[in-house]
Amino acid sequence: MSPRLTAEARAALRDAGLSRRDFVKRSGALVVAFSTARVASDLGLVQGVVSAQRLDGAGSGNLDAWIAIGADGRVTAYTGKCELGQGLYTAQTQLVAEELCVPVERVTLIQCDTALTPDQGTTSGAQSHPTNFNHANLALAAATAREALVSLAAGRLAVPADRLTAAEGQVRLADGSRQISYEELIGGRRFNLQVSRTAARKPAREWTVLGQPVPRLDIPAMATGTFEYVQNVRVPGMLHGRVVRPPALGATLVSVDESSVQGLPGLVQVVVRKNFVGVVAEKPWQAEQAARRLKTAWAAGTTLPDQATFYQHLRSQTATRDSLSVDSGDVDAALKSAARVVRATYLHPYQMHASIGTACAVADVQKDKATVWSATQAVYPLRNTMAMVLGLPPESVRIMFRMGPGCYGVNGADAVSYDAALMAQAAGRPVRVQLARQDEMAWENYGPAFAVDQRAGVDGAGTIIAWDYEGWSLSLGGRPGLNAPGNVVTGRLAGFEPAGVAPRSPAPPPSGAYANASNTVPSYVSGCIGGACGGTGTVRSERVLSHLVESPFFTGPLRSPARLQNTFAHECFLDEVAAAVRADPIEYRLRHVRDPRLREVLKRAAVQAGWDARPSPRPAIRPNGIARGRGAACVLYEGDNGYCALVAEVEVDQESGVVLVRRCVAAIDCGPVSNPDGLRNQVEGGLIHGMSRALREEVTWAGDRVTSIDWQTYRPWFVGEPVPVIDTIVINRPDGEVMGAGETSITVAAAAIGNAIFDATGARIRQLPFAPERVKAALDSRNR
Amino acid sequence: MSVFTLTVNGRRHTVDVDPATPLLYVLADDLNLHGPKFGCGLGQCGACTVLVNGEATRSCSVAVQSAAAGEIVTLEGLGSPQQPHPIQQAFISEQAMQCGYCISGVMLTAKALLDRNPNATDAEIQQALSTVLCRCGAHIRMLRAIDRYARGLREVPQP
Repeated sequence: MSPRLTAEARAALRDAGLSRRDFVKRSGALVVAFSTARVASDLGLVQGVVSAQRLDGAGSGNLDAWIAIGADGRVTAYTGKCELGQGLYTAQTQLVAEELCVPVERVTLIQCDTALTPDQGTTSGAQSHPTNFNHANLALAAATAREALVSLAAGRLAVPADRLTAAEGQVRLADGSRQISYEELIGGRRFNLQVSRTAARKPAREWTVLGQPVPRLDIPAMATGTFEYVQNVRVPGMLHGRVVRPPALGATLVSVDESSVQGLPGLVQVVVRKNFVGVVAEKPWQAEQAARRLKTAWAAGTTLPDQATFYQHLRSQTATRDSLSVDSGDVDAALKSAARVVRATYLHPYQMHASIGTACAVADVQKDKATVWSATQAVYPLRNTMAMVLGLPPESVRIMFRMGPGCYGVNGADAVSYDAALMAQAAGRPVRVQLARQDEMAWENYGPAFAVDQRAGVDGAGTIIAWDYEGWSLSLGGRPGLNAPGNVVTGRLAGFEPAGVAPRSPAPPPSGAYANASNTVPSYVSGCIGGACGGTGTVRSERVLSHLVESPFFTGPLRSPARLQNTFAHECFLDEVAAAVRADPIEYRLRHVRDPRLREVLKRAAVQAGWDARPSPRPAIRPNGIARGRGAACVLYEGDNGYCALVAEVEVDQESGVVLVRRCVAAIDCGPVSNPDGLRNQVEGGLIHGMSRALREEVTWAGDRVTSIDWQTYRPWFVGEPVPVIDTIVINRPDGEVMGAGETSITVAAAAIGNAIFDATGARIRQLPFAPERVKAALDSRNR
Repeated sequence: MSVFTLTVNGRRHTVDVDPATPLLYVLADDLNLHGPKFGCGLGQCGACTVLVNGEATRSCSVAVQSAAAGEIVTLEGLGSPQQPHPIQQAFISEQAMQCGYCISGVMLTAKALLDRNPNATDAEIQQALSTVLCRCGAHIRMLRAIDRYARGLREVPQP
């Protein structure tokens, strides 16, 4: 268990935990070789040789903070962007290998450790996909290093640099007559250079490692049960904690009866801080028993709005924060002049991240320093908020990323890091906490509910002339960021306030540069502010007004936050307008989209799907039996960050209301593709995840508490349930800008499925999820 | 506390624990195995799956005292990154996971079924996996990997 380390390596690691200044002073350019699997995994690595190097501050412009070349020629790269299951570890390794001209096997990547890696903020959202990572930082550093190596070689070989090329860990004369290896040039020593903003990145057309379907480097360990997740971290002397959450939202702690657990085997202590309660024991089972038996008294919680009428409640709020993304000023007049106005309201429920494993962290908090192993997406921000929670200076806190189960946004990873740290601080020994299923599901930061009113004015030719969006959503807390531990449950229980909503009504007029505001703006409007038009569509008369109100539950980014909810409303509504004017849904989209790449993904998906051009719903629908239909949806994610179009084919059992998605054809364009298989895996995963959310997922509550607290009350799509055939068309644009891809396919799933249900049955369902009862009710009202 | 001797991945281990302790906690904490994972603690998701006498068993919902007599195999008992078991190799070949946290449930549930009946139909495989959860949506690749493993089994002449 105890790692076999050189004394130097041990000292360097210990110092890294103690103080970066000491670490820098003592280790300097020292290249520290680690040789055991255990230590490699301590650093979040697969087995190999690792080197650590001087680190001159967060987000350093120093090349040595990003790239080190060991005496053995191995490349160690340091990144602040972490693997979350999306393939980023492998893709970043490919990127370093590509720019430095070494095989993938010769690169070791160290990710997300506040003592070792640059501060790159949060690994989140679209930024988390292989095609959209670190192109401006890590890649530039690697390119700088390659240029520096060529320059060093030019001096050593006494030839002009332009006659030299880097390849396979060497710099060579073009004719191959002479070469010198990286380790001869700089092995074990520092570059002492700044990252060059003008270093020449390799053009995508010359890629040999990037752009290839390199298998994930971490999958063999995962498949054989040897991968170390944060749930597997064990440190000497470690205890186990369990939280005791309030029984209801808003409940406050009155008293804790410690005698109720006195004498329980293994119990170490009960930890209370304001409304935070936890128990610490020698063994996890003992902690669980103690948490169950601990008697606590709480003052009544907040009564929640009735779920049955929640959307009316949401829309009736007066303390709203209002924003206008676009307003051409003529929408009311244009709607009045329209030959026809189509209107509809779309409702999207609260949904949760619901990670497969509950959140876990290990913390070791001593008097003057803390070390936390966490699956956070944001090691540096967490260092700051952890320091606030513990009352320590940030530089005394070290956060080490260890991968957890897929998070899909701000799941429980940050909250449980505070849980572990609070208990470790009280216990004076390291504490591991893994949440109970209910404790995670009842208290996580949900993706917020949405209610969206859409109106479109159509002219005599059936073309949209005005689009009016008015949406309501909710917010409370979110990512803790740099200074708001109260944005997640534990921080709030411990006495920190969550970010709320500052009311502002009416909305100020749109100003500055156009932004599509998390796809609040539909793809079909021109997006004009002050004469500059940044939208992807043709509709000039446009108004997009959103209202944000305070949420009764914590909210936070959930895979495709707001973008999914808005796209559901936009893409279903576009379909409704197309149906109203008897237009083919693809043709009608193309009629109102001017962005050529958005047009192309639509066309490619339609062709591949064998799209039969005709209006929806399909002709001659029978009211019984299985109905089949197809639906389309498209998005330019965030207005500039990834194109996706989807054709979904569904079967609706009109007796039961059960919907099955049988086929999905997705076309994706996210610029240059760094790992095509990783990209396909993301598209497929996004579609299945999106299908699960569209057909099943909804947070439920009653009285003062959440009632969706396990996999029976919050039931996703299980592995053995019917899945569609997925056909992914990847449009690679080697000369394009990199864009996100991890959240594009999920964004269009619900809308395409809803449109396919309409095509199959003629029933338009405007509320998610498309659960059998809801579908059945819509079918029944159709038949009336 | 009681002393139990467990056979896990072919090795014997002696632990002194509360007899009601879930098998998962003994495997993950006392024996520090990484394969079975805590997902829900309710037997609803499968992340904690191990084989007990060849049967896929949810180790979060079985007390150590009732499983101690069996031959227990976890994911790491099948193969290693260097020498993966054929079903592990099938998942590697198909890149059939994203975060990988659910993989004990998917792989061991399928293996238990197919080892018993190499000719299990797709419907039978899906039935077995209908209570196994993956949240990343790697369902299709997983089914493909299982099919690859099943085809390999069928090619081997049965005794």
